[in-house]
Amino acid sequence: MGLYILRRLLVMPLLLLGIVTVAFIVSRTVPADPLSTVVNERQANNPEVVNAAKRRWGLDKSYAEQYFIYLKNLAHGDMGTSFRTKQNVRDDLSDRVPATLELTVVAMALAVTGGVALGVLAAVRRNGLTDHLARLFALIGSSLPVFWTGLVLLFLLYAELGWFPGPGRLDSRAIAPDKITGVFTLDALLAGDLGTFIDALKHLVLPAFVLGWAVMGIISRLVRASMLDILNQDYVRTARAKGLPERNVVMRHALRNALIPTLTIIGVSFAVLITGAVLTESIFSWPGVGSYAVDSSRTLDFPAIMGVSIFGGTVFVIVNLITDVTYAFADPRIRLS
Amino acid sequence: MTAAADILAAPGLSAHVRRVRWPLWITFPVGLGLVILIGWLLVALTVDLWAPADPLEPVASRLQDPSLEHLMGTDALGRDVFTRTLYGARTSLPVAAVVIAIAVAIGSVIGAVSGFFGGWIDAILMRASDVTLAFPPILLAMTVTGALGPGIRNALFAMVVVWWPVYARLLRAQVMSVKQFDHVLAAEAMGAGRWRIMWRHILPLSTTPILVNATMDFGQVVLLAASLSFIGLGAVPPDPEWGSMINEGVKYFYEWWIAAAPGIAILTVVLGFNFVGDGARDLLDPRTRKR
Repeated sequence: MGLYILRRLLVMPLLLLGIVTVAFIVSRTVPADPLSTVVNERQANNPEVVNAAKRRWGLDKSYAEQYFIYLKNLAHGDMGTSFRTKQNVRDDLSDRVPATLELTVVAMALAVTGGVALGVLAAVRRNGLTDHLARLFALIGSSLPVFWTGLVLLFLLYAELGWFPGPGRLDSRAIAPDKITGVFTLDALLAGDLGTFIDALKHLVLPAFVLGWAVMGIISRLVRASMLDILNQDYVRTARAKGLPERNVVMRHALRNALIPTLTIIGVSFAVLITGAVLTESIFSWPGVGSYAVDSSRTLDFPAIMGVSIFGGTVFVIVNLITDVTYAFADPRIRLS
Repeated sequence: MTAAADILAAPGLSAHVRRVRWPLWITFPVGLGLVILIGWLLVALTVDLWAPADPLEPVASRLQDPSLEHLMGTDALGRDVFTRTLYGARTSLPVAAVVIAIAVAIGSVIGAVSGFFGGWIDAILMRASDVTLAFPPILLAMTVTGALGPGIRNALFAMVVVWWPVYARLLRAQVMSVKQFDHVLAAEAMGAGRWRIMWRHILPLSTTPILVNATMDFGQVVLLAASLSFIGLGAVPPDPEWGSMINEGVKYFYEWWIAAAPGIAILTVVLGFNFVGDGARDLLDPRTRKR
């Protein structure tokens, strides 16, 4: 067990180096000239301006040199300067991470609760109407493009019915709470500002639902399959034979064990979660890492694109590691060799 | 989901359907999925013969409500949204097919070589796939298309980059297990060459998981392609493509019909692929057949 974790930890730096290298190579094989985003068209024919810009952004050096400079800076936490915002990409990211965190955590919470509930319900009422409806609901969630679902819900529930606020994290006239964590709901609570808290919460509902629905499908499917497995086990039959109420059998004996394999979905659904977050943020004008990624790739802002993909890759690798390790811990049968 | 929406397989609703002797794996959802997909395929193949309007030319005044004449209204340039949505199938379906085909081809070669030869070739190829899989798919696709510039061909390339490792790993695992089978050892003992063993004795037994996965991935590719176009990295206007049409719909938020039709198109196609994918899994991999 210890060995397994150790080996995974040792491989990680190599994987991260691989991520950085791939991101670097991809961003340098650009047919599109990154200079075009820095130098405007009129000055593009002026060699002095072009050379100055090249020097300023380090584009006059060889690729190998650029690579090592990038690695060195990265080791110091410097991700380079964004062409677009003229800020260090690290600062851009840290400004935007809390917004993404807030959205994804709430969405994931919705997805897990909904997914587990649907999965259990489907397994208990197997092949009944409830089962089919639960599965159809989940399947539609994972077949819908999130950006379209977001658009439709905004149109119906915000523009037409006015039940929910529009895009953004707060009402456009509201002032953001003082930054403590950057998570608006949390900061508002900490500051004791109930009005802002409710406003922030209302703004969260739609994007979190849209994103959560997309992830729910995977979760409910896995919970259902693993519940069906468990419900056929001998000890469940014993529990029933003892005369325990079905409710107890399902919730205490079956569900707890069914949740173990479900742990892996945190890793699996994380990819869906990130994809969804990028698109959800872009449709809800949510100022997080996802919309930053979209804006950067639209404007060929390479330092920013690299920064985002390195950041995303790192988080992804860590989440996968944590998932695998927790899984190995939770189920002693799976001591991976 | 072995039979995602066999809602109508519930007693009563489909008694008349079940009286006909279908092959076992055609459950209601699979049938529905097939009908949807064949429908879209027919649209893609024949749309220019019967389309109500020209997909690229303005045919009426701009931003018209849906009406009998223009079923889904007109867009900001006065083009018929319904027609454009139909034409969208001509982008999405081929793109998905090509991405899957290339990713399967590349992934299979790499996976087969990796699993068959092992050693350092295997180590290098698998580390490459590890690194590729370490990226969240959308970010990798965005980085690649961002670097190459927008365009459906670049988006296609980016999606192949995202998908090949999936198939490489699948085939590698399969080849490694089939390699141990007795008939392979027998062939080896009889002096068969490496390529012959690979082609005749290992590959034929290794392709099932790849086929199953490929069918199930079709929908995901359609979604990712539309997403990239939505962001502005895929199809370039004025091409009728569902993702970029929805992106136009965002700009004209209150003219809801612009985004409605392409969204429904994506939903039906992806649902169709998911239904059929489940069926393919049941057909080709009996172990997962529903209980």
